[in-house]
Amino acid sequence: MTALKRWFSRKGGISLAWFNGRTLIIGFPFLWLLLFFSLPFAIVLKISFSTAAMAIPPYEPTFSYGDELLQVFINLGNYILLADDPLYYSAYLSSLKTAAIATAGCLLIGYPMAYAIAKAPKRHQPLLLMLVMLPSWTSFLIRIYAWMGLLSNNGVINSVLLWAGVINEPLHILNTNLAVYIGIVYAYLPFMILPLYSTLSKLDGSLLEAAADLGARKWQAFWQVTLPLSKGGVIAGCMLVFIPAVGEFVIPELLGGPDSLMIGKVLWQEFFNNRDWPVASALAIVMLVLLFIPIMLFNRSQSRALEKN
Amino acid sequence: MRKPGFSSIALWLGLAFLYAPLFILVFYSFNASKLVTVWGGFSAKWYAELLKDEQILDAVWTSLTIAFYSASMAVVLGTMAAFVMTRFKRSWLKTSLSSMVTAPLVMPEVITGLSLLLLFVHMADTLGWPAERGRLTIWIAHSTFCAAYVAVVVSARLRELDRSIEEAAMDLGATPLKTFFLITVPMIAPALMAGWLLSFSLSLDDLVIASFTSGPGATTLPMVVFSSVRMGVSPKINALATLIILTVSLLAFIAWYIARRSEVRSRG
Repeated sequence: MTALKRWFSRKGGISLAWFNGRTLIIGFPFLWLLLFFSLPFAIVLKISFSTAAMAIPPYEPTFSYGDELLQVFINLGNYILLADDPLYYSAYLSSLKTAAIATAGCLLIGYPMAYAIAKAPKRHQPLLLMLVMLPSWTSFLIRIYAWMGLLSNNGVINSVLLWAGVINEPLHILNTNLAVYIGIVYAYLPFMILPLYSTLSKLDGSLLEAAADLGARKWQAFWQVTLPLSKGGVIAGCMLVFIPAVGEFVIPELLGGPDSLMIGKVLWQEFFNNRDWPVASALAIVMLVLLFIPIMLFNRSQSRALEKN
Repeated sequence: MRKPGFSSIALWLGLAFLYAPLFILVFYSFNASKLVTVWGGFSAKWYAELLKDEQILDAVWTSLTIAFYSASMAVVLGTMAAFVMTRFKRSWLKTSLSSMVTAPLVMPEVITGLSLLLLFVHMADTLGWPAERGRLTIWIAHSTFCAAYVAVVVSARLRELDRSIEEAAMDLGATPLKTFFLITVPMIAPALMAGWLLSFSLSLDDLVIASFTSGPGATTLPMVVFSSVRMGVSPKINALATLIILTVSLLAFIAWYIARRSEVRSRG
């Protein structure tokens, strides 16, 4: 190693002093993420421009070389298909709509909960937070599955309502969009509450006192002081719910019906059922483009928070 | 007694919303009837059948193994990334690392899964490695996305750490590496443990990424549960769900209790 170092520094005049612990600490996670997180996106992009084929792997190569001729094949057909077929278009639209409705639901339920936890006595707060998080440490799949038993036509909710005489025939909830909304709100609620709690608990109480002293009513103080000051938490919470919800697969598959198209489900079917890898890749690329702005917003706020000292 | 405010009523209703489905699931796992919604008396027979199911037991073991190794790798990667982000000077490497490390937090799972699978297929095509997809490829995928969670947890702890102790150690002649392992690691140990446990549970729970990156040899527990649940509600899965819920609650409660006790003790 030393000989190598000496050779290097003599040869190019480059000192290898930079090759030390620091480089290793930054280099290892950097290379790992470059290889297993960033590079894969380039490959998805490449395959989205290739042609599906009956082969292993099931797509035509992009480059071919023969007779001193390098050929590059770029197939725009997958994107043209996405633009032409109304199925994909409406799947994107309904994914965005479903995610937006569910995010609003999470915010409406989560905000008062986060507020109540932040207001609770300091010694009770860790326990309350643990109670909020605990269900999400159990299996996600199991929690969605629990709703199948609750919502089905002969499920628990319908049995209770029928028995109590509230309804005469079972409500049809499972396999509708409503069930998908309920499932997303249920599964993602803790991710909304946590960032809201962390901004609300840092809120300076004297500001509310000042507002009260100046004659603001409780609701007025909330609208004009608390809510604007918790904007950061609201944005972080909404991003944490909205972005993954757009690509959600398990919830629409288990709780949704044939008409609740979501793009994650369509991508899954193209990939696993139709074995059309290029179209699945094109679907992923378009989804990324749609989510680019929200992801960038989230990422910037996150990495700022991470780098802040 | 003080009148409960709007927000505390909302909190209790919200908690009821979070817990009711789980309680009902646990309740019905003791149902003797095969019809899930008809109460046929108390019985534990579904638990007995669950323990006879070889496929499920195999999958439990596969999932636990993958989760163990993924959580360990994620702690190494995530801690290194967190260290860079809180202790290193600003550089293009640091900026690009911090944007890569947090992105998996929100990336839709279908995209992460698809992109990693295509990478593995490509690597197998050009480099001949990995020869087949299975536990190894799931391990790589899980380590990568769990590292993001570890980085968030650990960097929060690193940031609030009193740096004078590390500086004192280095003034007294300890190398940075020695300082890290003798001073920093013990002080951030609770965050490392929390990150490890979080990664373990995330890996154990993942269906989508594992389905994409797995091969014929490795079937994880969520994959088995999913293919059974797709057909509808089944009493055996209720029993499995109950066991998962009870184990997680017990572990979480123990962890919370230990954390609280050490906190009380440190306050004197």
